[in-house]
Amino acid sequence: MGLAIGAATALPVAYLAITVGGSLDQALDTLWRERTLRLVLRSVGLAGAVTALAVALALPLAWLTARTDLPGRRAWTVLTLLPLVIPSYIGAYLIVSALGPRGLLQDLLAGPFGVERLPSIYGFPGALLTLVLFTYPLALLTIRAAMSRLDPQLEEAARGMGRSAWRTYRSVVLPQLVPAIGASGLLVALYVLHDFGAVSILRFDSFTRVIYTAYGTGSRTSAAALASLLVLVMLAVLWLEGRARGRLAYHRSAPGTARPPATVPLGRWRWPALAFCSAVVLLALVLPVGVLVYWSLQSVAGSPDWAGIGAGTGNSLIAAGMAAAVAALCALPVALLSVRFPGVASGLAERASYAGYALPGVVVALALVFFGTRAVPVLYQSLAMLVFAWVVLFLPQAIGSTRASLLQVSPRVEEAARAMGRSPLDVLRTVTTPLAASGVMAGAALVFLTAVKELPAALILAPIGFETLSTEIWGATSVGFFERGAVPSLVLLLVSAPPLYLLTARGR
Amino acid sequence: MSVIRSEGLAKSFHGKRAVAGVDLHVERGVVCALLGPSGCGKTTTLRLIAGFERPDAGRVLVGEKLVAGEGTFVPPERRRIGMVFQDYALFPHLTVESNVGYALGRSPDRTRVSEVLSLVGLERLAGRHPHELSGGEQQRVALARALAPTPEVILLDEPFSNLDAALRMRVRREMREILVEAGVTALFVTHDQEEALSLADRVAVMRDGRVEQEGTPEEVYGRPRTRWVADFLGDAEIVPGTAADGAVECELGRFPIPKELEGTVDVLVRPESVALGAGPAPGRDRSHEGVVVAREYYGHDQLVVVKLASGRRLRSRSMGFPIWHPGDRVRVWIEGPVNALAAEPAAAQATAISAADPGQ
Repeated sequence: MGLAIGAATALPVAYLAITVGGSLDQALDTLWRERTLRLVLRSVGLAGAVTALAVALALPLAWLTARTDLPGRRAWTVLTLLPLVIPSYIGAYLIVSALGPRGLLQDLLAGPFGVERLPSIYGFPGALLTLVLFTYPLALLTIRAAMSRLDPQLEEAARGMGRSAWRTYRSVVLPQLVPAIGASGLLVALYVLHDFGAVSILRFDSFTRVIYTAYGTGSRTSAAALASLLVLVMLAVLWLEGRARGRLAYHRSAPGTARPPATVPLGRWRWPALAFCSAVVLLALVLPVGVLVYWSLQSVAGSPDWAGIGAGTGNSLIAAGMAAAVAALCALPVALLSVRFPGVASGLAERASYAGYALPGVVVALALVFFGTRAVPVLYQSLAMLVFAWVVLFLPQAIGSTRASLLQVSPRVEEAARAMGRSPLDVLRTVTTPLAASGVMAGAALVFLTAVKELPAALILAPIGFETLSTEIWGATSVGFFERGAVPSLVLLLVSAPPLYLLTARGR
Repeated sequence: MSVIRSEGLAKSFHGKRAVAGVDLHVERGVVCALLGPSGCGKTTTLRLIAGFERPDAGRVLVGEKLVAGEGTFVPPERRRIGMVFQDYALFPHLTVESNVGYALGRSPDRTRVSEVLSLVGLERLAGRHPHELSGGEQQRVALARALAPTPEVILLDEPFSNLDAALRMRVRREMREILVEAGVTALFVTHDQEEALSLADRVAVMRDGRVEQEGTPEEVYGRPRTRWVADFLGDAEIVPGTAADGAVECELGRFPIPKELEGTVDVLVRPESVALGAGPAPGRDRSHEGVVVAREYYGHDQLVVVKLASGRRLRSRSMGFPIWHPGDRVRVWIEGPVNALAAEPAAAQATAISAADPGQ
C-alpha cells in the first residue's frame, strides 16, 4: 500500500517526462535559447539574493531572541516569526498596493509634496523585498532552534582556554550553526523557486511565472519543457545541499541533557537592538497587516461580495480539509513502512513521496493537466484532481510529522501487544495509531495550513466556477482591485489561525 | 513434560549467524535462565520462541504443540506466551489497570485484573499511567500484564537490567516469589551470572549461538563442562594436572574428581576454595608457602592474590577477615571441591578468556 502511494505521487513527474518526450524537438527548441539561459540565471539569482538577505536578517534576530536579555524577548520571538503566516501573494499585493503606483504611499505624498512618481516597485527589487520579508521567518525558525540547543559547555571550554567572547563566538558558536544556516538557506531557496504568487504580482519573470504564461498562451510543450528544467534546477539545489551536509556532523557527544545556554546582557546595545527588531516587525508585519486592515475597512464600507467570499471560504475549507485527510491517511502506511521495515522498497516509496519538495505547485498542476486531459478525462476539471495535486505537494509534511511520532513508539510495545494475543491489525488500531495520533494530527494540520494558502495548483486545477479564497484574492489583486482582495485575505489568515495554534501549542 | 522445547533452532541476520542450532528443554513450573555474553544469541533465541522472529531451521514447541518449523509458523498472538521486555514496553497511553486489561482481550474480566495486580502488590496504583511509576513498579506491571491471561510460559528479556543495583536485588527476590506463586514456567535471558544462579532452577549457558552447557546452578558453576563456561560463570584458576583412577594430581595436591578422566587435564579451582592461614593448615598433609601480592577489599569479603614458591599466582576469596597485607607470608591450601576438565588446545583457551571479559 505504501508502495502504491509512492508510485502515485511520482505520477506527475512521469507524465511531465512523457509530455516532453512526446515532442522532443519542439521542447529542445524551447530550451536551447539564450532566453532560457537568462531565465535560469534570473530565477537562481533571485533565489540566491533572497536566501542571502533572509539569512543575514535571521541570524541577528535569532541571537537577540534566543541568547540575550532583549527587553520583551518572548513578544519579539512571536512577532518576528508571525510574517510566516502571510502567503507571499498576499504579501506582494499588500506591498504593491502600499508602495506601488497609485498606492497608499504615493497618495500620502501626492497631497503635501506633489510627488507624481515613486521608483518602480515592480521587477527584481520588489520581488526581492517581498520575498525577503516573508521568508526570513523560515530561516529564523531553524537558526533560532539551533542556537537555543547549543551546548554552553563548549563555549565555556573555549572561554576557559582564554578566548575572548567575540573570538569564542566566531570560532565555536558560528561553526556549530553552519548546518542550521545551510538548512534554513535551502528552505528559503526552495521557497523562492516554488513561489508563483509574489513574482507574478510583482511582474518578475522567474520560472514559475514564465511557465504559467506559456501554459496560458497554449504552448503546452514549452511549458512542460521549462517545467522539467525547473525540476532539474531544484534537484541540483537539493543535491548540492545534501553533499554539503554529508560532510558535516555536529552534535553533542556528551550524554545527558545540556543546560540551557547563558543569557548575554546587552547593556547599552539594547537600544539599537530594539530599533532593529522594531524595523523588521514594522516592515514585515505592521505595514502589511495595517494595509490589509485599511483595504478591508474600505471594502466593507462599500459593498463587498459577501456571497462570493462565503462560497470561496467554504470551498477552501472543503478542498484543503480533504487534502489534509487524504494526506494524513496516506502518510501513515508510508511512514510505518519506512520506520518498521527499512529496506530498498520502503526507502524508494518514501523518497518518491518526497518528490513534492522538488516540485513547485505550477509544475505539479501542469503535469496533472496533461495527465487528466489524456489519460483520465473524467477526472480533469474535478475537485479530486486538485486534492490529488495538493496531496502530492504536501504529503512529505504529513509523512515527516507522522514518522517522527512513530519513531517514538518502541517496536517492543507493539510486540508486547502481539504476545497478548492481538493480531497485527488489532495492534495497529489499539496501540500504534493512538500513540502516533498526535503526529498524524499535526501532519494533517500542517497540510491543511499549506493547502488552504496554495495558489498555482488551485488556479490551474480547480473546476470551473469553483473559487477558493486564494483564487479569489488572485483574481482581484492581479488586476489591481486591491479593495476586493482584502476581505478574502483577512478570512484566509483567520482560518489559518486554529491549525497554526494547534501546531505551536503542541510544540511547547 | 517439556513446556518449552527447541530443536536445532537456527537464525541468521544479514548472513551472520545469531543462533546456530539451539536445543533447549524447559520442564513445567521451572524457572530457567538463558545466560550468555552480549551477542551470543540468547535474546534471538527468546524471540524465536516468542514468535517475533522466524527460524531458518529447527523447530519450536510450546506446551507440546509445534509452533515453528516443519513449514508451520504460529504467530506470537496465538502461542499463549507472556512476555516481559527489557524496557517493559508498557503502553504509555493506558493506565496500569488498562495495560493489564489489554492482555485479557476486548472486554477484560475486571476481577482477574485486580487479582494479578494484587499478586504483584500494585492494586493502589491501578489508575496511574506508566510514566507516574518507578522503575520497579513498571517492572511489576509488565509482569502482571504478562501473567494476566494465565499463559503457558513467561519469557523475560533482561528483566532487571534497567533497575539500579540496590533495587535489582529486591525485585529479583519478589519476582522469584511471584513466579513460584503463579506456578508458571519461565524462561529469562540475562548476561549476569549472579542473577542466573540466584534466580533460576536451571541455567542454560549460551555461547556463539549454541547452548554450551545446561544444568542446575550448582552444576554449571561447580562442574563446568568447558573452560569457557568455567570462566564465564565466575573467577577460575586453571592449573595443569594429570588424572588417573578418579583422582587428579597437580602442584596443589591430589584431589578426587567426579568424572572419569585420564591423562593431561586442566584442574579448575574457584578462589573460594583457596584457603589462607598464618600457620600450617590444621589436619592437612599438604599446604604451600606463599606471599600476599595484592588485595581487593569488598567489605563482606576480600580477594587476595598470593604467589606460591613455584611462582604461580592464585586468587583466594575469603570473608573480610583476617586482614591480609601485601608482603604477608601465608600458608595456602585447597578446601572444598575441585574439578578437572579435559585440557583444551591453546587457541581455544585464548578465545575463552577474551569471551569471558567482564567488560562485556
